[in-house]
Amino acid sequence: MKLEINGKEVEITSEADTPLLWVLRDELGLVGTKYGCGLAQCGACTVHVEGSAIRSCVTPVAAVADKRVQTIEGQAGEQGLSPVQQAWLETDVAQCGYCQSGQIMAATALLTSNPTPNDAEIDAAMAGNICRCGTYPRIRKAVHLAAALIAEEQNT
Amino acid sequence: MSERLTSAPMSRRRFMQRSGALLFAAQCPLGLSAKAVAGGSGAMMNSFVRIDPSNVITMLANNSEFGNGAYTVMSMMLAEELDVDYRSIALEAAPTSPEYYSPLFREYLTAGSVTTGSTFIPMRTAGAKARTMLLEAASRDWDVPMAELSTADATVTHAETGRRVTYGELLEVIYRLDIQPPETVVLKDPSEFKILGKPARRYEGAGKVDGSAQFGIDIKLPGMLYGAIARPPVYGGSVVDFDATEALAMPGVVKAKAIRAGVVVLADSYWRAQKARAKLKINWDRGANATISTEQFYADYRALANTPGMLAEDIGDARGVLDGASEVVEATYEMPLLAHATLEPMNCIAQVEGDTCTIWSGTQYQSNDQEVISRFLGIPQQNVTIHRPLMGGSFGRRSSKTADYTVEAVEAAMGESVPVQIIWSREEDIRSGHYRPLFVHKLRGSVDDSGMPEAWHQVAVGQSLMQGTKHDPTYMVRGIDIYSLDGCLQEPFGVFPYGTSYQIPHHRVESHNAPKSGIVPQEWRSVGHTHTGIAYECFLDELAHKGGIDPMELRLRLTKDHARMNRVLRVLKEKCDWDKPLERGRGRGVASRIYNISPVAQAVEVTVADNGNFTVDRVVCVVDCGFAVNPLGIEGQVEGGLAYGLGGVAFGNIDIVNGEVQQSNFHDYPVMRLPQMPKVEVHILPSDEPPTGVGEQATTPIAPAVVNALFDATGRRIRRFPLSSQGFNLV
Repeated sequence: MKLEINGKEVEITSEADTPLLWVLRDELGLVGTKYGCGLAQCGACTVHVEGSAIRSCVTPVAAVADKRVQTIEGQAGEQGLSPVQQAWLETDVAQCGYCQSGQIMAATALLTSNPTPNDAEIDAAMAGNICRCGTYPRIRKAVHLAAALIAEEQNT
Repeated sequence: MSERLTSAPMSRRRFMQRSGALLFAAQCPLGLSAKAVAGGSGAMMNSFVRIDPSNVITMLANNSEFGNGAYTVMSMMLAEELDVDYRSIALEAAPTSPEYYSPLFREYLTAGSVTTGSTFIPMRTAGAKARTMLLEAASRDWDVPMAELSTADATVTHAETGRRVTYGELLEVIYRLDIQPPETVVLKDPSEFKILGKPARRYEGAGKVDGSAQFGIDIKLPGMLYGAIARPPVYGGSVVDFDATEALAMPGVVKAKAIRAGVVVLADSYWRAQKARAKLKINWDRGANATISTEQFYADYRALANTPGMLAEDIGDARGVLDGASEVVEATYEMPLLAHATLEPMNCIAQVEGDTCTIWSGTQYQSNDQEVISRFLGIPQQNVTIHRPLMGGSFGRRSSKTADYTVEAVEAAMGESVPVQIIWSREEDIRSGHYRPLFVHKLRGSVDDSGMPEAWHQVAVGQSLMQGTKHDPTYMVRGIDIYSLDGCLQEPFGVFPYGTSYQIPHHRVESHNAPKSGIVPQEWRSVGHTHTGIAYECFLDELAHKGGIDPMELRLRLTKDHARMNRVLRVLKEKCDWDKPLERGRGRGVASRIYNISPVAQAVEVTVADNGNFTVDRVVCVVDCGFAVNPLGIEGQVEGGLAYGLGGVAFGNIDIVNGEVQQSNFHDYPVMRLPQMPKVEVHILPSDEPPTGVGEQATTPIAPAVVNALFDATGRRIRRFPLSSQGFNLV
């Protein structure tokens, strides 16, 4: 089976029903995407398929064949970190850091569809991503900062 | 510098500077060798600092990083005295040897929110000693007085001649001139600090935004097999026999075997191991716990709470006063079992080769893991090597006294020629873990004519964390587990050098160790306070109400002889607008606690709808943690610590019926989510006292403050938890 991950085509041998999460982690070594619950309850495994945030722990790999998949490893470009990653770093969001790949992927998808979310919209869009360290106040702050960085980027 | 030291009075600040020098005079061996320098592999300046000829400075960190900020504060401390950028320091986990044991615990253990306090002197001393050696080397090599030299950015400079040399380049000089570590060293005065006391971003933060941070679950060793364990349906059950025919026929599956924890399936990927596990047919012996239930625990503990317990404290004559009181307030508070639910599930890689064992494990408790494994395998302790990756949360779970998730990986790896990684599913984490023990507190109290609390009688019942463990001699006093009563006693008790900050004239506290139940109790962020905080602070609120005294005012009066807590409360009262009236349906609550020395108090505002749905709108937290080493880190720990406690009281609950845990994943063991997170305001009081912890402190007042606020809003006392079981749903 062929997949397109972070702009690169890869050939994989996992069974078709294998969740995308475990193909990424065990077969492709892309371990920035995390396992947290296996039930689409925690958001640690969030990746983008065709630009939308999905839970890779419940998505069979066969369902994403021929689709564009983006993971945390594909977020930084030649210019360095993405605006969301920059905002996360600047706000010092992470504590243990385990959920943050998923948080960043969820926030990136949110800002693509809604470039200027208010607190309630951020809460609604990010409610599926658990952070056990409780970095939530800084997540809210970082999403606002990322929105500002993206707007700045587009204006220059 | 030594002049100032002798001429200045011996203030506490001076003590902070000097004690480390004394403490560390005998340690810090110089591991410098000509070979190491010539080979470019660098030299140990002392136990904690290695400098490479290429000028890379490496810190050996003997505290673990699980979100607590240990790596940040420790690198800041070292960098401050060594005059380097803390972000430029390379970091290695220090090996599990006695040289690196915590001076406080005498073990290799990161716990109790003591990392900042217990490393403040040692890490600075390590940095200052290394710097002194570098200065001496430059001074002698250039034949200029040391006083004319300065250090910055890992370079020594002689301003007058413009000569500069990097620390790495000086290694050759140190060796050639046989420069030895100084016996003592004078640390910087806080007024000279460039790094400490300033907000600093997380040391290892970059890898946590680009996905490159390596957690235990991410490690893949050559040839490694993944293991999934089928665990008994009843807590503590065991395997009678099993049929793995179907499982073994599945792709990638290598083996299935019984171990003490259950049946482990080994495969070439974790998913394949998990999938094959579901095909196992196992006969279980349900064991001694087949009939236990949490409802029975509550009933048994309630009955015990009505009988006299072991007496921990008896100030005045609480029973006499209560017997003679015209009115006695009585309440029983019941707190459930709680899982930790770290987002990275437990996992461990083990490789057993001959009489050596190597593990890769996210752990708070290296020396214990080493000890348990060495006992299990019958090999010397030093033959167990522990590699420590970052941890995806811990909250106490990864300080397992049984080394459960570690030693089972070793058992699974026995007889295998390759390393084996065991990963727990979320279901295993919720159902087969260790738990915050279930507790029942019975309280009786009365107020005097002025309305102030006069007599207090508390009986706590719950499973001891320490009884029968190797910690028994340290934490059990006359049979009483001091953690069961942490934050309930007015006087210092056992090794805890602090009491509550309150003074109630007649104060009696008793404790029952509940019978061992088969459940393994485990520290949960803030340990005893997770239940004592609710019992104590909510009952205090009940007495305030009975006496007609405002709960904030009550605490201010009770702490009048405790300067630090009184200051915390005075600031809190002002910052939280305590006296500003709230609309109908809203309420305000307060609680104040001391956990491991740092006083902390919180005031919360809630809004309750008619159907019991409620929001926590605002939390104001004031903390006095002594000198604030990293204000940015402290703020994060406070926000996160209270989020953890809030989720616990709002919906945390493990039910056991016929030995089986009823919950299994985040849908039925809910935890805090973003929409439920209150606005948090953190106020760190300025202080010259030595730094103390903040990792668990903010967890302690949040639960009672919210419960008290719900009473303020609705007039309803909640005495059984979680709140969701009583019709109050945090939204």
